[in-house]
Amino acid sequence: MDAYALSPRSGSRAVRLLLGAAALAVLGLFLVVPLAAVFAEAFRNGAAAYLASVRHPDALAALRLTLLVAAIAVPLNVAFGLAAGWALGKFRFPGRSVLLALVDLPFAVSPVVAGMVLVLVFGRTGLLGPWLAAHAFPVVFAVPGIVLATVFVTFPFVARELVPLMQATGSEEEEAARVLGAGFLTTFLRVTLPNVKWALLYGTILCTARAVGEFGAVSVVSGHIRGRTNTLPLHVEVLYDEYDFQGAFAVATLLTGVALVTLVLQALLGRRRREERR
Amino acid sequence: MKRPAVEPRILPGFGPALGFTLLWLSVVVLAPLAALVLSALRMPPAEIARIVAAPRVAASIRLTFGLALASAAVAALLGLLLAWVLVRHRLPGRRLLDALIDLPFALPTAVAGIALTTLYAPNGWLGRPLAALGVPVAFTPLGIGVALVFLGIPFAVRTLEPVLESLDPEVEDAATSLGATAGQTFRRVLFPELLPALATGFSLAFARGLGEYGSVVFISGNMPMRTEVAPLLIMTRLEQYDYAGATALAAVLLVASFLLLLAVNRLQAWGVGPAARG
Amino acid sequence: MSIEVLGVTKSFGSFTALRDVSLTVADGELVALLGPSGSGKTSLLRIIAGLERADRGSVLFHGTDVGPRDPRERRIGFVFQHYALFRRMTVFENVAFGMRVKPRGERPSEEEVRRRVGDLLKLVQLDWLGDRLPGELSGGQRQRVALARALAVEPRVLLLDEPFGSLDARVRQELRRWLRRLHDEIRLTSLFVTHDQEEALEVADRIVLLNQGRVVQDGPPEELFERPTSPFVLDFLGNVNIFHGRVENGRALLGPLSVAYPDHPHAEPAPAAGYARSYEIDLSREAGDTGFWASLTRVGIAGALLRLELLPDGAAPLKVELTRERFEALRPVPGERLWVVPRNLRVFLETPVPPRAQ
Repeated sequence: MDAYALSPRSGSRAVRLLLGAAALAVLGLFLVVPLAAVFAEAFRNGAAAYLASVRHPDALAALRLTLLVAAIAVPLNVAFGLAAGWALGKFRFPGRSVLLALVDLPFAVSPVVAGMVLVLVFGRTGLLGPWLAAHAFPVVFAVPGIVLATVFVTFPFVARELVPLMQATGSEEEEAARVLGAGFLTTFLRVTLPNVKWALLYGTILCTARAVGEFGAVSVVSGHIRGRTNTLPLHVEVLYDEYDFQGAFAVATLLTGVALVTLVLQALLGRRRREERR
Repeated sequence: MKRPAVEPRILPGFGPALGFTLLWLSVVVLAPLAALVLSALRMPPAEIARIVAAPRVAASIRLTFGLALASAAVAALLGLLLAWVLVRHRLPGRRLLDALIDLPFALPTAVAGIALTTLYAPNGWLGRPLAALGVPVAFTPLGIGVALVFLGIPFAVRTLEPVLESLDPEVEDAATSLGATAGQTFRRVLFPELLPALATGFSLAFARGLGEYGSVVFISGNMPMRTEVAPLLIMTRLEQYDYAGATALAAVLLVASFLLLLAVNRLQAWGVGPAARG
Repeated sequence: MSIEVLGVTKSFGSFTALRDVSLTVADGELVALLGPSGSGKTSLLRIIAGLERADRGSVLFHGTDVGPRDPRERRIGFVFQHYALFRRMTVFENVAFGMRVKPRGERPSEEEVRRRVGDLLKLVQLDWLGDRLPGELSGGQRQRVALARALAVEPRVLLLDEPFGSLDARVRQELRRWLRRLHDEIRLTSLFVTHDQEEALEVADRIVLLNQGRVVQDGPPEELFERPTSPFVLDFLGNVNIFHGRVENGRALLGPLSVAYPDHPHAEPAPAAGYARSYEIDLSREAGDTGFWASLTRVGIAGALLRLELLPDGAAPLKVELTRERFEALRPVPGERLWVVPRNLRVFLETPVPPRAQ
């Protein structure tokens, strides 16, 4: 790739400078400035105010709920991703391509629509609503609804990393392990998993980031009950709507921190993940 | 010849893996979406038409599709610029800049929403100078567009980057040796190669823009007839317990998402656009 | 341990890969499963290994039907075409894998594993590469690691799928001689798949030739080469020239050629063709009793042999191979007309070729 820098392929020096400057301007304007704004606003009243906002009981409750939801949703979708990777990546059967397209479906659906279908199924007037009400197990405007909405929007992340990779690595190594006498668990743990571990980690990180940050779908089903059904992103909204801008941005820095950590991990894992695909 | 996959019976674990995949897919994705489709089908078509044609709803649909389309086009062009510079120019700190591209994916939409609103508000860092020039951004359709471009950029960059990297530099040398100018080489040799990826990135950004809620809800101002996008209107209808109104509008968005998903699948078969992350 | 395959049939959708195939491999024998691509040879090998299941028929090891047994219980060594080495494990770990995954009771001690992996790596002459990853090895080295790994489980039979297929010509030649020597040393019942007739002729004790899912001939290399039972076998095992014509009254009349054909004494003619291998053709400057004139169009060098192309009047081009001595004696030049005499013409009745199921 270094050849590009020296060759005339990328145009004259003036064009190169112009393009480079324009790209940096776009990057700065669209990506860096908003990021800077989050921290500037969070600290506009000083560090003490920032700490007070972050340590507020409502903020801590929202943080706990967010972590709880992620702790339930992510393992479920990792398990799903592994199963889908094995079934759709290693085997060929009729209907496989339809299933592959369906796995991606949640990415195409608006988060608001995703939350709304849960209301239609589990809400008071929904299909399962009366039954759930009779058994005193509320889903909508309660934690189970938030978990379901989060599972829906984070559904494809692990599977779409693993399916193409497991397909590309083929089944020969697994067959060799079988012929050499290994059982399913041994084959999976010692041959399959080591071949996809970076992609698995990568998908899990993306899944976690989205689970922590999901707003639209969760917003529909949460009911916004402070201290009870507010996740961190919802709490940001509540504070913002109450004109507590500094508080909203202070809580937002926590979410931004998660996003930045995600970006760093993505960059670190990116190369290893690509090597797995060779 | 490498065998693509084995018969289901030879490698173990196909049944349980496929079973779990199907179960999870049905419970989390298919059943709730089917509930939406069923409720929409149960409504008389005339009723749906009446709801969708109502001035406030029609205005929000027009606004949503128009802005999503325009923003996706802008995001595709800016994405092409960024991808080009990231791949072809040896910028210092390239890895950092490259990692930053994914920020809109990683940053929770609520955080992006309040950050952009604060920036572009009439007293914000960017809003004040723009307002002085007579271009108000926040609480106008333009503000929604800015948010959607922010979200759309990574789709375009991430679909274009691998294609740009895989282009054989010798092809451009060949064009130059045959007497083509840099402009001609780009237009007649590179652009056709990039077109499938560009179209894929555009469609992905478009689909995301149609359904976006979190980053739009703050900057739009939610004025009916002027800056109320469809997902917002669904939210409003749900809060008023107007499930029929919400269902009709959600059905429109869902059909549009399906069609776009189909288009993206076609585009990826056309070019080699690798699936971008959502 | 002997292998017996009885009446195996296998289809993939509408494509029939194997039709009623039977064969046996005697204890300690090295057999080649030869055929063009799509002949079903790899499917047959995978069925024997238990990696695929036959629609009909059975596989017996030492007289016992292994049909219902999982590949892991068959105790076979399988060398995959692309080696299928575990890419995240070192060479040592690859070879040790089969021993380490044994049930706790049968598992050898770690010391024993170490010793045996060391012995196997010595056997395949790679004991200095134990710590490398497969990605750091050359093709020929990977191939030998794959073999050591297959042998590590002390298999009762060794199955190899195109073992030299992805190697370059020189390494291929070396490795096949080495495999033959190794087999002579350990005498393990072995079956290997190949599409390369030279490889099969050079290495195997016996060749089973497959075409379109059927066994077309089964025997020692000399027998297949010297006494082919069909034009397909003849053609597959060497360059041949074909002369179309008919048989009647105990003679075959093939264009300008006429030879005895006592198997068809009837007056009624039947379509037939004569086949002559490219090295079974004589060239001279004077006409004889039987033969025909053709003009020399091309001379090419193929190692010790010279490859000539001739164009008879109104017929298809001929391929002729001459030794260097014969060529020097004759010294033909392109454009020259030469008298062509097939020395050894094999005549087969032409049966309509069954349409290929595809």
